[in-house]
Amino acid sequence: MSFETKKNITVYKPAVKTEEMILNMGPQHPSTHGVLRLELQLEGEIITKVIPHIGYLHRCFEKHAEAMTYPQVIPYTDRMDYLASMGNEFGYAVAVEKLLNIQVPERVEYIRVIMAELQRIASHLVALGTYGADIGAMTPFLFCFRDREKILSLFEMTCGARLLYNYIWVGGLSHDLHPDFVRQTRDFVTYFKPKIKELNDLLTYNKIFIDRTSNVGILPLDTAINFGISGPMLRGSGLKWDLRKDDPYSVYHKFDFDIPVGEGKVGTVGDCWDRYYVRVLEMGESLKIIEQALDQLPEGDVSSAIPKRIKPPVGQVYTRVENPRGELGYFIISDGSVNPFRVKVRAPSFVNLGVMDVLCRGHMVADIIAILGSVDIVLGEVDR
Amino acid sequence: MMYDFFVDLLGNEILAAIVTGVPPLVFILVFVLFAVWLERKVSAHMQDRLGPMRTGWHGYLQTIADLIKLIQKEDISASANDKPLFNLAPVLVFAGTYAAFAAIPFSSYYIGSNLDLGIFFIIGISGLVVAGILMAGWSSNNKYSMLGAMRSAAQIISYEIPTIIVVLTVVMITRTLNLHTLSEMQTGYFWNWMIFGGPTAGLEKFLLIPLMFIGFLIIYTSMLAEVNRTPFDIPEAESELVSGYHTEYSGMKFAMFFLAEYANMFAVSAIVSALFLGGYQSPIGYLGNLFDAPWLIPVEQFFWFTAKGTFFVFVQMWLRWTLPRLRVDQLMALCWKYLIPIAFINLIIVGLITVL
Repeated sequence: MSFETKKNITVYKPAVKTEEMILNMGPQHPSTHGVLRLELQLEGEIITKVIPHIGYLHRCFEKHAEAMTYPQVIPYTDRMDYLASMGNEFGYAVAVEKLLNIQVPERVEYIRVIMAELQRIASHLVALGTYGADIGAMTPFLFCFRDREKILSLFEMTCGARLLYNYIWVGGLSHDLHPDFVRQTRDFVTYFKPKIKELNDLLTYNKIFIDRTSNVGILPLDTAINFGISGPMLRGSGLKWDLRKDDPYSVYHKFDFDIPVGEGKVGTVGDCWDRYYVRVLEMGESLKIIEQALDQLPEGDVSSAIPKRIKPPVGQVYTRVENPRGELGYFIISDGSVNPFRVKVRAPSFVNLGVMDVLCRGHMVADIIAILGSVDIVLGEVDR
Repeated sequence: MMYDFFVDLLGNEILAAIVTGVPPLVFILVFVLFAVWLERKVSAHMQDRLGPMRTGWHGYLQTIADLIKLIQKEDISASANDKPLFNLAPVLVFAGTYAAFAAIPFSSYYIGSNLDLGIFFIIGISGLVVAGILMAGWSSNNKYSMLGAMRSAAQIISYEIPTIIVVLTVVMITRTLNLHTLSEMQTGYFWNWMIFGGPTAGLEKFLLIPLMFIGFLIIYTSMLAEVNRTPFDIPEAESELVSGYHTEYSGMKFAMFFLAEYANMFAVSAIVSALFLGGYQSPIGYLGNLFDAPWLIPVEQFFWFTAKGTFFVFVQMWLRWTLPRLRVDQLMALCWKYLIPIAFINLIIVGLITVL
């Protein structure tokens, strides 16, 4: 077999005219965090416009959900934000329980909170680690993944899966905790506290890192609100808004924790560094919640409230939970059958991605990476 | 000198030149095999990993396995490439690096070419690397390669200025550009090294020590930028430009870039140590003198030279796996706003001290 050289390919033709260079970043690129394609218009290295193209990972989750029964949807919610599967299941379970109007046992709520917070730490570790790698520091990336590994082991001990759990069911959980779970989680909490300081020493307060991220991609609060931004991005812009406090679900009202916001410590409020640092602080807050939940963990049965057959009454429901990436909303319409009539997901990554163009204009190509990393998207959730 | 020895032995200057040129090449190949393995191990141990463990003792054969893989790979070149330039670029980059080894003294008995303009020859011939990188970026016909090559050219040319100024500072004290003579002047113990004021004495030496330290830091930083290592690895910034100017290269052509990069790392380390840390001179005297065995001295000198070079290569790796990467404009700002003015002031003060 031989390949002929194509003669009709047009290569650069010299002509005395200037035009903006269009650079397609992605869908295959080392740092677009998945299959995102950014169409960049460049003037030299300065960006004049960014157009995100999405859909490379579209799996028709919402349409697919209409053909399945309510419990069957849960494994598919895992695959949306695959770095925070517990949070996705949690939100879906809360929504269907509200539709069914059932009360779940106290122990189930506590375990769900512990799982969601462990998942938040794991997810933030990936966000922070890959952010470091985007800026060029490879070592924090591996440190973060080393610690995330320990959380994944806890999940594996609980439900057998490390990434896509199918653990939180409507009305309960698939398994009770492993007898050793509480002790090992406490070990993890004691182990992990100094690691946050290690990350700060290595990356957060590094001069080069601060130079690269402070005063870059500034998101003013009014713009953030206009674009519907949520999660660490919104808090990075300085608004104390967290659904765990402002619209409490499950048992979050019983715990004592702070909501970190961006303060412009090294630059302007709402820059990349603030968004990064909010995530670092949130890991500490999650540890606080986990410790309190472990202390108060009640005894009981985790599967007593699981309905045999889920057939909600005609109606609709919208619930929202605070996922690591922001406000995850589920809008479910029931027509009284065993299948949902419509499931609509408000995906935080998708909404947060919308502000890319505003953030990037006037910055350099290298800043695109810094900004995209601080938005922290998961393409599984953007495209669903 | 080895060259004269070979001329006597072979009776032919061309043959002698070829034979004299072989040892640096062998050294580069062996050193690169070692340095790639070292880089893997250093990064692995810094990151709580083991690194390669299966090929040989602690994976020391891994690089050889990689080399075999690279040789076997298909030599891909896209149809829109500018073929002649595309093929020439890796050779040029490697040639520039290899040529720099000609004027580096490995020991008092071996230097490829004992040029009187040694250090300036090295700086000049390194310019070939820029040309090679630009050719690679342009001929690849790839936007990422092009951006990487443009960045690289701007970076290397800018950082040559502080390098040259610091070299001038040293040359003002030693009054020679010949690296061999320069190393010879720093003989004795480590307090005769240029970083400790060189072969001067008394008040002059005392005044020179801080200035020499500053000069050393400046030249090491700018040399780091010239070999495109983190925090200055902007030309091949993986997370931005895929891998910069060598994105389109595969197989042995890619290996040539790789070889040149690691050889370059050693070359700049060697230059820095020859200028400031006595080159091949031992810091604590020679065993050869102690045991009255003069044949031992060149071996020891070669050992010390390699040790110093490898140490600075290790520091480069250490920095790479610790620090994030600067942005293009910050890189330029560092060079033009800080390094060059400081180097100039340093030059003037050292000049005053040597004159007075």
